[in-house]
Amino acid sequence: MKHTVSVLVANRSGVLARIASLFSRRGFNIDSLSVGTTEDPTVSRITIVVEGDDQVLEQVTKQLNKLIDVYKVSDITNDPSIDRDLALIKVKATSSTRSEIMQIVDIFRGKIVDVATGSLVVEVTGNEEKVNAIEELLRPFGIIELVRTGKIAMARGEK
Amino acid sequence: MKITGAEIIVKSLLEEDVEKIFGYPGGAVIPLYDVLYEYEEEIEHVLTRHEQWAIHAADGYARSTGEPGVCIATSGPGATNLVTGLATAHMDSIPIVAFTGQVPTHMLGTDAFQEADITGITLPITKHNYLVQDVKELPRIIKEAFHIATTGRPGPVLIDLPKDIQNEEAVFDYPTEVNLPGYKPNYTGHGLQIKEAAKVINEAERPLIYAGGGVISSGAADELRELAQKATIPVTTTLMGLGSFPETDNLALGMLGMHGTEQANYAVCEADLLIAVGARFDDRVTGKLETFAPNADIIHIDIDPAEISKRVLIDVPIVGDVKQILTELNEQVEGKEHKEWNKKVANWKSKSIVQKEPLQDKVTPKGVINQIYESTNGEALIATEVGQNQMWAALYYKYTKPRSFSSSGGLGTMGYGFPAALGIQVGNPDEPVFCIAGDGCFQMKAMELATAIHYELPVNIAILNNNYLGMVRQWQEIFYDKRYSSTCLQRRNSCPPNCSSPGDQCPELVPDFVKLAESFGALGIRVTKAEEIKPALEKAIASPKPVVLDFIIEREANVFPMVPAGGELDNMILGGDE
Repeated sequence: MKHTVSVLVANRSGVLARIASLFSRRGFNIDSLSVGTTEDPTVSRITIVVEGDDQVLEQVTKQLNKLIDVYKVSDITNDPSIDRDLALIKVKATSSTRSEIMQIVDIFRGKIVDVATGSLVVEVTGNEEKVNAIEELLRPFGIIELVRTGKIAMARGEK
Repeated sequence: MKITGAEIIVKSLLEEDVEKIFGYPGGAVIPLYDVLYEYEEEIEHVLTRHEQWAIHAADGYARSTGEPGVCIATSGPGATNLVTGLATAHMDSIPIVAFTGQVPTHMLGTDAFQEADITGITLPITKHNYLVQDVKELPRIIKEAFHIATTGRPGPVLIDLPKDIQNEEAVFDYPTEVNLPGYKPNYTGHGLQIKEAAKVINEAERPLIYAGGGVISSGAADELRELAQKATIPVTTTLMGLGSFPETDNLALGMLGMHGTEQANYAVCEADLLIAVGARFDDRVTGKLETFAPNADIIHIDIDPAEISKRVLIDVPIVGDVKQILTELNEQVEGKEHKEWNKKVANWKSKSIVQKEPLQDKVTPKGVINQIYESTNGEALIATEVGQNQMWAALYYKYTKPRSFSSSGGLGTMGYGFPAALGIQVGNPDEPVFCIAGDGCFQMKAMELATAIHYELPVNIAILNNNYLGMVRQWQEIFYDKRYSSTCLQRRNSCPPNCSSPGDQCPELVPDFVKLAESFGALGIRVTKAEEIKPALEKAIASPKPVVLDFIIEREANVFPMVPAGGELDNMILGGDE
């Protein structure tokens, strides 16, 4: 099962390397990982999606907690939370397919951010399933390039 | 007043009450060594003959004294030579602060001369590491390093020091406190969990204590003994736990696991409660996981929450400091005798092959180690190498005090024992120190005899010499149809190919350890007859020089009992009489 782990760390050089090293050495597989600073510039938040059963996740959490630069680890998989992925998709577009693509993008509340003679770049945000869905719908037109941020997440409410 | 980074380092070491350090100079640490030259009276620097031996010596110093070991190496190859020592200390949770030189900050990342990314290399084998990039941060970093190395679950910390940082100046103001929001070890055990553990212990009919190195690092040997004696619970220890419970006590079962005693392994299999204290269920301890302690509930007391249920599911976990938890637990545990159970355990013990008297007509590992015990009145501080010598030293010597046994348990580092013994002697100048070694291990670092002479350290090296890499040879004998592939150390090219039958036709032993010892100015003694063991040991103990004792044992001597890797603990190979 996939777990979303939110990790608060010191915003210091080498911290990401420590975390990546821990995952590779212990044989935990990272599905996606995103890093960014928080409201406190000395602290960064890393959102990691990791595949594994409860025992694997327990070890991931405990081993992360042992790193000196890690302040807090929370598994927010089962907590009420908002998670978002952002994707940029460059898709082939001809005069005959362009409007159909734009309709699909509209339905997903995405944006066209670049138009060229033979292609469009689509920006879409949403949870993982939503981004997967638009990717599938655009695939038949011919996806030239695709980039995704990986999941970022936040617990709902005041927590 | 501003002082240089190098002076800041030395003054910080003095603030941390460091008296002995081990190291090896080089280009990137000359500024630091220049300051050490000024402080020779306050801090003794022990120059080993290789950086790896410096960190093993610091490790032996730490294990035997309880104080953090400190070592220094230069950048690049000096730093990478510390890698095995850091991994050794990391696996066994030994507090070490290692300083490495580094190229100047403006040259970092340019593949400069003697540059190695040592913080990157040592990420998974240190508890934490630092690359100092601003001289003003040095005092804080050194304070944190000692704090992290010695608290919680101890471990090695590395500080990488670019050369320019050692020369730049800053005001020295050593912090009195550390501020580490990501590092707050939990020392106090959960009250309800302790209560639950006491209840389970009070109800158990066949309880067994399984004590590990955590008892020693926590300083909880007295509390452990109180628990065992109050409720009459037999105690087995891990390799790392040797000395945490006196082997002379009736309740002591010796070591468990792959080369554990019969009584310890049978007791694990029959116990209805296993009380694991400061231990981590290593594969060499558990054997086959599915059948480990099959009839027992398990209480696990450990400072490291990541060890709970890592390999074996735990019924009653208690995270915290072993000493504090045992103190609380002892108040709630009832006095009990467990007569039937202890009778059964004593019966196993009385029949154990480990307990048998050694053969009188041969030089045997048991005969040698028993005599070391006798000749030092059990007061020796023992370091071991790795392999057969290590297991014999663990099985036959009766450890009665914590910190009297130092051995690379987790990593199994050949070449650890002799430099560790030097560190032990540096930390304990008045105690008899023995390194129990094999001839293979000793050849990995025999040059350290120079260090022993240099610092006039009267260590005794007892080589159990079979001219084989004995433990691998034993596996080859038992599991690989006696195919002694690359394990004979006596071999010459002119020997028959694929030889598996050592005998009178074999060439001379190589090297001649007596002559080797003499070439350094140490004393060398060869022992080939059983009656020579005692006088040789007495001569060695009386000698103010380092002594190499070359005990010629049977070439194919084996360590028994033995549980094949991944086997069940009660399915031991007991072998013949050794």
